[in-house]
Amino acid sequence: MAGNGTNGQQYVGTRTIRPDGADKVTGRARFGADYNLAGQLIGKVLRSPHPHARIVSIDTSKAEALPGVKAVITRDDFADMPSEFIPAGEMMMNYKDVTRNVMAREKALYEGHAVAAVAATSAVIAKKALKLIDVTYDVLPHVIDVVEAMQPGAPILHDDLFTVGVEPKPDRPSNVAKRVEISQGDIDAGFKRADVIVEREFKTAPVHQGYIEPHAVLATVSEDGSAEVWVSTQGHYIVRAHCARLLGMDIGKIRVNAAEIGGGFGGKTVVYLEPLALALSRKAKRPVKMVMSREEVFKASGPTSGAVVKVKMGATKDGKFVAGWAELKYQAGAFQGSPVQPGVMCAYAPYEIEHVKVVGYDVVSNRPKVAAYRAPGAPISEYAVESVVDEIAKKLGIDPIQLRMMNAAHEGTKAAYGPKFGPLGLEETLNSIKKTEHWNTPLRKWQGRGVASGFWFNIGGETCVSLTVNEDGTVSLMAGTPDIGGLRASLAAVAADELGIPYDKVRPIIGDTGSLGFNFLTGGSRSAFSGSMAIVEAAKQIKSELCARAAKLWEMKPDEIEYAGGHVKPKVASEKVTPMSLVDFAKVAGKTGGPIGGVGRINAQGAGPSLGTHLVDLEVDPETGRVTILRYTVAQDAGKALHPAYVEGQFQGGAVQGIGWALNEEYIYGADGKLQNAGFLDYRMPVASDVPKIDAIVVEVANPRHPYGVRGVGETPIVPPLGAIANAMENATGIRFTELPMSPPKVLKALKEKYGAGGAGR
Amino acid sequence: MARVVLVGNLTQLTGGVAEFDLSATSVRQLFRQLADLHPEIAPHLEEGVAVAIDGQIYQDALLEPIGADSEVFILPQIAGGSLEDVP
Repeated sequence: MAGNGTNGQQYVGTRTIRPDGADKVTGRARFGADYNLAGQLIGKVLRSPHPHARIVSIDTSKAEALPGVKAVITRDDFADMPSEFIPAGEMMMNYKDVTRNVMAREKALYEGHAVAAVAATSAVIAKKALKLIDVTYDVLPHVIDVVEAMQPGAPILHDDLFTVGVEPKPDRPSNVAKRVEISQGDIDAGFKRADVIVEREFKTAPVHQGYIEPHAVLATVSEDGSAEVWVSTQGHYIVRAHCARLLGMDIGKIRVNAAEIGGGFGGKTVVYLEPLALALSRKAKRPVKMVMSREEVFKASGPTSGAVVKVKMGATKDGKFVAGWAELKYQAGAFQGSPVQPGVMCAYAPYEIEHVKVVGYDVVSNRPKVAAYRAPGAPISEYAVESVVDEIAKKLGIDPIQLRMMNAAHEGTKAAYGPKFGPLGLEETLNSIKKTEHWNTPLRKWQGRGVASGFWFNIGGETCVSLTVNEDGTVSLMAGTPDIGGLRASLAAVAADELGIPYDKVRPIIGDTGSLGFNFLTGGSRSAFSGSMAIVEAAKQIKSELCARAAKLWEMKPDEIEYAGGHVKPKVASEKVTPMSLVDFAKVAGKTGGPIGGVGRINAQGAGPSLGTHLVDLEVDPETGRVTILRYTVAQDAGKALHPAYVEGQFQGGAVQGIGWALNEEYIYGADGKLQNAGFLDYRMPVASDVPKIDAIVVEVANPRHPYGVRGVGETPIVPPLGAIANAMENATGIRFTELPMSPPKVLKALKEKYGAGGAGR
Repeated sequence: MARVVLVGNLTQLTGGVAEFDLSATSVRQLFRQLADLHPEIAPHLEEGVAVAIDGQIYQDALLEPIGADSEVFILPQIAGGSLEDVP
């Protein structure tokens, strides 16, 4: 399992010191906005004040004449692109939409849509120049709400958008980009078998990923056409691919460096400022730095979808789920591509149900284009299903954990989306939660307890890492996926165990796009899963090379030699030969064939799904509607936790983001189609004082396709909180809240309607 | 013969046919055989789908072997950072 290093799994599975820790706590670490170059300009973006408007003309002459302004760009600086899906890494992108999202073309499609950009010698001059750009708009009617956007007669965003997935093919454009469906069994027959049927409609608000570090980039284009970029991103190879495509440059001429990242959560998997900074730099022949304000982050970078979800589930009187139906309507923002497809596939994934039908709609409206957010699409659909599961448990008088246990997907279960699952850990997470002291602690009036489970697929993908043995036997580890959640510590532990050397002799860094082969981005809970597989491969090459060289030195056959215990040695001990450590070999590397190293180049397959169960206690203040989270426990299957502290951190972080999604976060639009709460004062994210310590239980049901048994863990933790908190709210108040966020005004209103002012009637 | 099942909207490109028995021994062969039967599906297979072979999901794995008795599901590509999927 742990290769044949000296120490077996001495470091994997332990809480090693994080390699990036010292620089982060001392302020030495460089994030996106910390990079500067001599002679750099400051770039600023002019953004549409209208949610929907045709751009009649853009006059930049006054701005260009302003002293200090070195370049101005508009739609004319970007080539138009046809509507076609093109691979960009693993992603499929429609560059017709991408080029229009980074810079508006015919129309501005949301408030904050980029219309022009300026590079000037100072931020003050750049801002002044923006005011001198004269844009003539033909303001159009807008639509914000997903259901309204689907109605006949709604303002149409794209004249060439015809709904895909319906028969007959429509002859009129609409805001519904796509209809998707999965089904198995006979849904009508399933409901006929049901003794209990629960049907509900739910509504969720769009929420932002809420990374603390705004988007930031520094770009420089040389006179020879080569370029270098420093950027806060989850995938610098993806940034390179997008920019090359959008600007007509060769991929090999762009070198992208991933800065330390202050959060991404899926939101930094796309480009916004990067192509603008490159285009400005190309025009000005000077480096250009651009940093979004928080207002720009909210107005112009993707949140995840808001949605309307209908769920209908049927169960027999003894608690067997027999039918699950759902209809999902997801906001995509201004361009198609909401996460409705994974929402459809995940809705019933935690359970074994014979008859399932889920339909989803991808709907555009005058909002910023959504971006990925941890387990894209899954929290929304699973929140609705988990709420209904809770209601079924109450109707049947069955303990909610027991009901989930009775229906839990397990190895061999046919997933609602088709294939059979391999080993899964849902039952183990349910058992772990049931055994906690938390589950058995009594509650008081106005306090409630909720439980919910969640599923996410996880992925692998293209990954390249290198291990280089230095002259003194230390090892340089280079990965090509930005470290967001403990990648460097996890991979260093694997490398140390595989090579049988001390953890602190491995120095892990994130390489730039010129240093390693292609790496897909950090997303899909893939980087530690895939990266550790690639490290095992790279270490194997080193061990094989050392054995081959030792065979020549010792005049033995290669198969008589092994790498074990951090040493190259004969399989059968011999007095004539002294085993050589990695340090020993490093000293003679040059005399035995040159530098020693290995490169793991893989397209990682075999990602195992991760399932989790969350338990939450909360208290509702009947006077104000405020909800306080009292206690929270997460149990999730990690397969194998390479670094338990980081795994627990993922569990805790996902829970906190879910708490915000459930209780307070939402985009608030006025009737004018403008966002009214584009700042952290009015967009209420949880802060440390809002949440208790979150207990984390790491369940380990090994993924048989990974050498250490690893499963991705980063996304699943945001799936269960919405349902768990809604179920706890019902337990605390007797009211089933079906609209998120369950913010104080909504809670107070519901309490007043049911119990009178201050909840006096309860 | 491997049993091949199309999931989701892909069946709209095969006239509603969702299940096939095919002699493919790799994902690449599977895609070719499906494309020969239903040319409209070809670009969608090339643009990106996930393939579950005997319960294990693969993406971008044209050379992955398929057993004679394998059960294969062709799924929408699993998102990971990406929100784009086709058709």
